[in-house]
Order: sequence, then structure tokens, then C-alpha cells
Amino acid sequence: MKLEPFQIRVPTAVLDDLHHRLRHTRFTSGLRDSGWDFGTSPLYLRELVTYWLESYDWRAREAVLNQLPQFTADIGGRIHFVHQHGEQSKGRALLLLHGWPDSFFRYHKVIPLLAAPGHHDADPGDAFDIVVPSLPGFGFTDQVPPAPHQPTRQSAERLWRLMTEGLGYKRFAVAGGDGGSPLAQIMAIDHPESVVGIHLTDLGWHVGNVDPSTLSKAEQQYLAAGKKNFMTDMGYAAVQSTKPQSLAPGLNDSPAGLAAWIIDRFHSWCDGEGDVERSFTKDELLTNIMIYWVTQTIGSSIATYRGETVSPSLTTADHVKLPVGLALFPKDAGGVPPRSFAERTLNVQRWTEMPRGSHFAALEEPVLFANDVRAFFSGLVAEARWEGGNDGKSAV
Amino acid sequence: MASQRFEIKIPEATLVDLRERLSRARLGETDDSTSWDAGTNPRFLRGLRSHWQTDFDWRLHEANINRFSHFRADIDRHPIHFIHERGKGKHALPLLLTHGYPDSFLRFLKVIPLLTDPAAHGGDAADAFDVVVPSLPGVGFSDAPAKEGAIFHVGGLWHKLMTQELGYARFGAHGGDWGSTVTEHLARSYADAVAGIHLTDVPFWHAFQTPSNLTPAEQKFLAANGEFQQKEGAYAMIQGTRPQTLGQSLNDSPIGLAAWMVEKFRSWSDCHDDLESRFTMDDLLANITLYWATGTISSSFLPYYDFMHAGAMRWMSEKAKEWIGASNVPTAFALFPGDIATPPREWAERFYNVQRWTPMARGGHFAAHEEPDLLAEDLRAFFRPLR
Repeated sequence: MKLEPFQIRVPTAVLDDLHHRLRHTRFTSGLRDSGWDFGTSPLYLRELVTYWLESYDWRAREAVLNQLPQFTADIGGRIHFVHQHGEQSKGRALLLLHGWPDSFFRYHKVIPLLAAPGHHDADPGDAFDIVVPSLPGFGFTDQVPPAPHQPTRQSAERLWRLMTEGLGYKRFAVAGGDGGSPLAQIMAIDHPESVVGIHLTDLGWHVGNVDPSTLSKAEQQYLAAGKKNFMTDMGYAAVQSTKPQSLAPGLNDSPAGLAAWIIDRFHSWCDGEGDVERSFTKDELLTNIMIYWVTQTIGSSIATYRGETVSPSLTTADHVKLPVGLALFPKDAGGVPPRSFAERTLNVQRWTEMPRGSHFAALEEPVLFANDVRAFFSGLVAEARWEGGNDGKSAV
Repeated sequence: MASQRFEIKIPEATLVDLRERLSRARLGETDDSTSWDAGTNPRFLRGLRSHWQTDFDWRLHEANINRFSHFRADIDRHPIHFIHERGKGKHALPLLLTHGYPDSFLRFLKVIPLLTDPAAHGGDAADAFDVVVPSLPGVGFSDAPAKEGAIFHVGGLWHKLMTQELGYARFGAHGGDWGSTVTEHLARSYADAVAGIHLTDVPFWHAFQTPSNLTPAEQKFLAANGEFQQKEGAYAMIQGTRPQTLGQSLNDSPIGLAAWMVEKFRSWSDCHDDLESRFTMDDLLANITLYWATGTISSSFLPYYDFMHAGAMRWMSEKAKEWIGASNVPTAFALFPGDIATPPREWAERFYNVQRWTPMARGGHFAAHEEPDLLAEDLRAFFRPLR
């Protein structure tokens, strides 16, 4: 498997074209509300587009991203990933899996916390080698035609090959949220010999299909709240699961439109009491959007929703037998599930209800997230699950 | 509130800007797939763009559209655009035609001459209509509504337009899609003024309350509705909950607007998977360009938003008491087989005084465009005894 160092270098022509489009944005009119009642606030969007044009500096952001050691591996198409060696990690590796509409950028704040805990008020012995891929279909990972059969399972297989064949980790830990959660679960089910345990911030999109006759009262309430939330907040998922090709052309052609589509999710899924900037800066929001814009991957990223609807990789009959740590952030979509509900599909060994935070936990509450990940996996170290593992020398 | 003559003239700068955006469109890579299962086929979209850039001439369409008499009137401080074409002869019955989404007043251009001058089109001069075709608030040249729940009040605006503005004491009304909802509201609230209503569907919201005594045919119809919502209903969900989140890209990218709209013309028309058998590229682009040039895609989503928010429940409590049971206004249904779902007659009879029931041999959701002759003939036959 060929591994190559990688640096992000967006052509200037792409940035010039972006500025042209932003300068000529046709903002919507005719909706009688400037707040968030109709979706992304038109007032906030104008403010964000102005900032994008006048203050946001992609080249500076790009330079910061390029301080992370990045590589590509050819595994049926090029996969982009960050590979940060830990200080005294002793070969313990942690794979961090993002979701939609975030990107590998989701984890940039926790990489130093987890790779060099000694510098961040934590036990230096808890260090990990960190691997953060851009998922297939996302960002700087090559767009390959989406697999018609169980696309998430096939992505999990490619990422498992990256960790084992590509980087030489016989055993490794996995953490994920949103789309990263099913990916981590599939890897644990398909490759229990390689995965020591998985840390999740949500249960995955498949759990709502559980047989309703078996539900406890608390579980019924949780699912009923989720269903209500689906009707009011999940139109995006309904579109992406059924007609992604009717949506994608506009998002790939209009940067303000792409921003509106993505910011709606960050606004809805943050713990900022309706103020998205209490959770994320404009620079953070825009850098994540830029990763979609410059790579033209909004279409391929949402194609997964339909792929998983047509051919699901996980069902409620699937059970993760490896140890699972769950960190549940109170403002995440649908709220905190009853533990019994999680235990239907997961071998829950750690259960942490967080005091604050939401869906993009690693970006919004990096310290809470990193502490929980460390605590969970160091418990597994004590159980000697890493034994027979890695010698500390990986391929890169 | 005197109505003003109105001529459609899209500023040249808007068309120049449109061409510039089309030439910059980031379409991404496309494969050879001809499937529409995941939404608008990318190759079709490429073809549509090149037609839009090189063959489509908006000014030609504009001239054709301007052959009809257009007006704008301030109805209840609401600027409304409409076509008003007088019928031939002294006894023309006024007839109001209401469009839906994602079409526009253009839906009716083919049928207007058939209705105003039947004798010139193989019909009887005694069947002539005065035809009024308004643009729904927030679509095309009608201003967007300033207040919530506007879709529930369009019937009232139309009544004022027909009676106070145009001076008709009694008139007929036809509609499909949002047009059937508006037409039904109109009949229920202003039964004295409405000679009869002619619909191509039973408005979807009647299915919100399922009666306990459904016939097998009704059960089948409602099950088909449910399946439609699951597989095809996402557009209504996002338009009803997040019109701005979706609308921004569509208002900023003509190719995005085309992708969002064109899929509906394919799946709701009787085109047997060949869209161009029912709509030429020019037909499709004239409608899309109308939404583009007027910047009204977001405001065209407002009826969906109103239904989700002002809510069927609130509207029911305001209006339902006036409307218990079936309306007495004579009602006709023309059912086109390619439409989204075809109701059984007993379903319609729960809500209407059904006087005429015509299952059509062909045609779909956009019947007036797809099968103008069939529709015109059915309108003539239904209204003949009601004149």
C-alpha cells in the first residue's frame, strides 16, 4: 500500500472563483423572518458571507491545517488522513471518525489533547497515536463511485485496511460520532481481532427501527421525542436519503447556499441556546464549509444517506460485543437515550452523561470529550486488551 | 385598488447575470447513468444547462406570455398578478384557474384560448369563459405574503379579486396541487359566489384525519399516499420546515434551482420516464426562468411552511366549524392517471358534492399543460349546466 505525505494546497483560481460567487450572492427575499424560524437566519448568513469575503483568510487556515502531519493512502482510491504520533504512546493508536456535515476538522482540537496528554493536565501515559481520516466521499479523500451495497460497511473495510496494512497497527481503538458511530460499530463487528473497543457519542441512525412492542416506557418516550424531532428538524436527512441529486447541484454551485445548508445543522446541534457562535467561531464554521467547497464533495458526502437507506449496513439485530464507551452530550439531537436502549445493540462498559455540549462534541467541548476517551481506553489498557499489539513502529 | 395593466419585462441585467452563472456552473463529474432514482439525473441536468445557454430565448417566451392581458392589483394590500382574458360572446362564464408548485401561471397558457374561444378550437361558442389566472402570493409576479398562514387566506383574496376588482357576482373555479386547496377554501367560504369547482385532486390535508369506516379502495389510496410521503415527500418536509436553508442555494444557483424543480415535472407528469414527451426543454426552462428572474423560489415554499406551522390544526379550529361535512357547491373531479395519487370517488364524496367524476385516459399532475384539450372539454361539460 502506497502512503504519501500530503499538504492542502487549494489553487488560487478556486479561491478567486469563490470570492466572485460570494460577492455576487443573490440572497433570498420574501420570507418574513430574519431569525432562525425559516432555517438558517438570512441576517446571520449575510454577516457570515461578509466575514467570509472580508476577514476570513483561507491561506492562514490552510497553513494551520498543514501543521498537522497529513498523508494519503491508496486503498481503492486515495484516502486522506492525519497521522499524529503520540508522546510515549507505545504504539497505542486511536482512529477518530467524523460524520456529516463536519469533516476531519471536527477533531483538530482534540489531536494534541490525546497525542500529548502530558502537556494538557493529563497522564502522559495515556497518549495515543492519532489517525483522523477524511471519510470516503468527504474532503481530500478521493471521490470514488459510492458502493451500491452497504456503503458504510465498505468504507469501514477501507479504513480498517488503512490502520492495519497501511499503518501497521494490529490493534487499535476507535472513536466516532454521527456517521462515525456506525462506522466504528461495523469495524468492531467485522474486525474484533483488531479493535480494542469503541467510544461513541451517539447510537447510530439504525436504532430507531427497533421492534416497538419490546420498548419500555422510558424508551418509548425517547423514541417519541426523536420522531417529533425528525418531523421538525430532519428534513435535510429525508432529502439526502431520497433525492440527493436534486439537492446537490445547488449546494455545489452556491457557496452561500452550501453555508446555509451546513450552518443550519451546526445551529440546530449546538449547545449555544440558539447562538451558534457561543459554540463555534466564524472561522471554525467557515473552515469546515471550505473543506466541502474546495473539494466539491457535498454531493458525494450526502450520497451515503441514500446508499444506507437503500442498502443498510447495520440493523437492530447487529450487536457490538466489544467494550463500548458512550459519552452523551445533553443537547445532541433527540437528547440522551435511556441506557437500556443503548444496551440493546451495544456492550456498554462506560456511560457518561455530560454536563453540556452537543453533536459536534470534539469541536465544541474538546476537553470533556478527550477526558472521556482517555478514561475509557485506559480502563481497557488495564484489562490488557492491547496485549499482543503493536511494537510502536508504524509504517509512516 | 384599481388593477393596473402589467407587462412582463425581465431586466436585461438579470438575463446577463443568469448566463454568467450558467457558464460558471460547477456541475461536477457525471457518469453514464440515466437513472433518476436518486433525484435529477446529472446528465439530463447537463443537457438542460446547455439548452439554457445556447438555445433558450427568454425574450421569445416573454413575448408569447405578453400576448395575454396581464394586470397587477392591490387586493387587501396584497399586490397580486393575474391574467384576465375575456371570452368570446356575451355569455361567457367567469372562470378562475389556480396553479400549484413548482409550476406557475404558465401552466394554463395552452388552455386559456381553448376556454375563451371554444368555437375556434372545435368547441361550442356557448361554452366560452372569461378566464382569470392569478399567480399565488410569493410566486412569480405576485408579492410574497407578509403574514403567516397566508395560504389559508388566498381563497379570500381570490374572492375579492373576482367580485370587487373584476365585478363578477358569480364564477367557476378550477385548480390542482395548491390550486385545489385554494379552490376548495374559496368554495367553502364563498359558496354563494361560486357556481362550481373543478379539481384534479383531493387536497392532501383531508387525509390528516382518517375516518374509521374506510372502504378497501380508500385504504389502498391512503396507503399509496403514505408510501408517497416516505419515498417522495422529502421536498415537502424540508420546504415546510427549512425554506430558507434550502432556498438560499436555489436562489443563488440557476442550475441548482433547475435540479430541484425539474425532478417534479418528471415524476408527477404522465411522461413514462421520458420527461421531454410531456415538457420540451423550453417549457421546463420558461417556468424555471420565471422563478429565477423573480427570485421567488423561497417564498413559493411558504404554503408548505404555513401548513406545518400555522398548522392544519389552527386552521381547522378557525374554519372547520363553518364547513362541517361536504360542501354544497357542485364539484367535478378530473383524474389524470399520471398524477401523484388517484383517489376513489367515495373519498371525494366525503368532502364534496361530487357532480362529475372523469377518470382521464392520459395526463398527469400538470394536466392543463399536458392535456389541454381533455381538460378544456371537461371544464366545458361540467360548467354547461351551471351557467
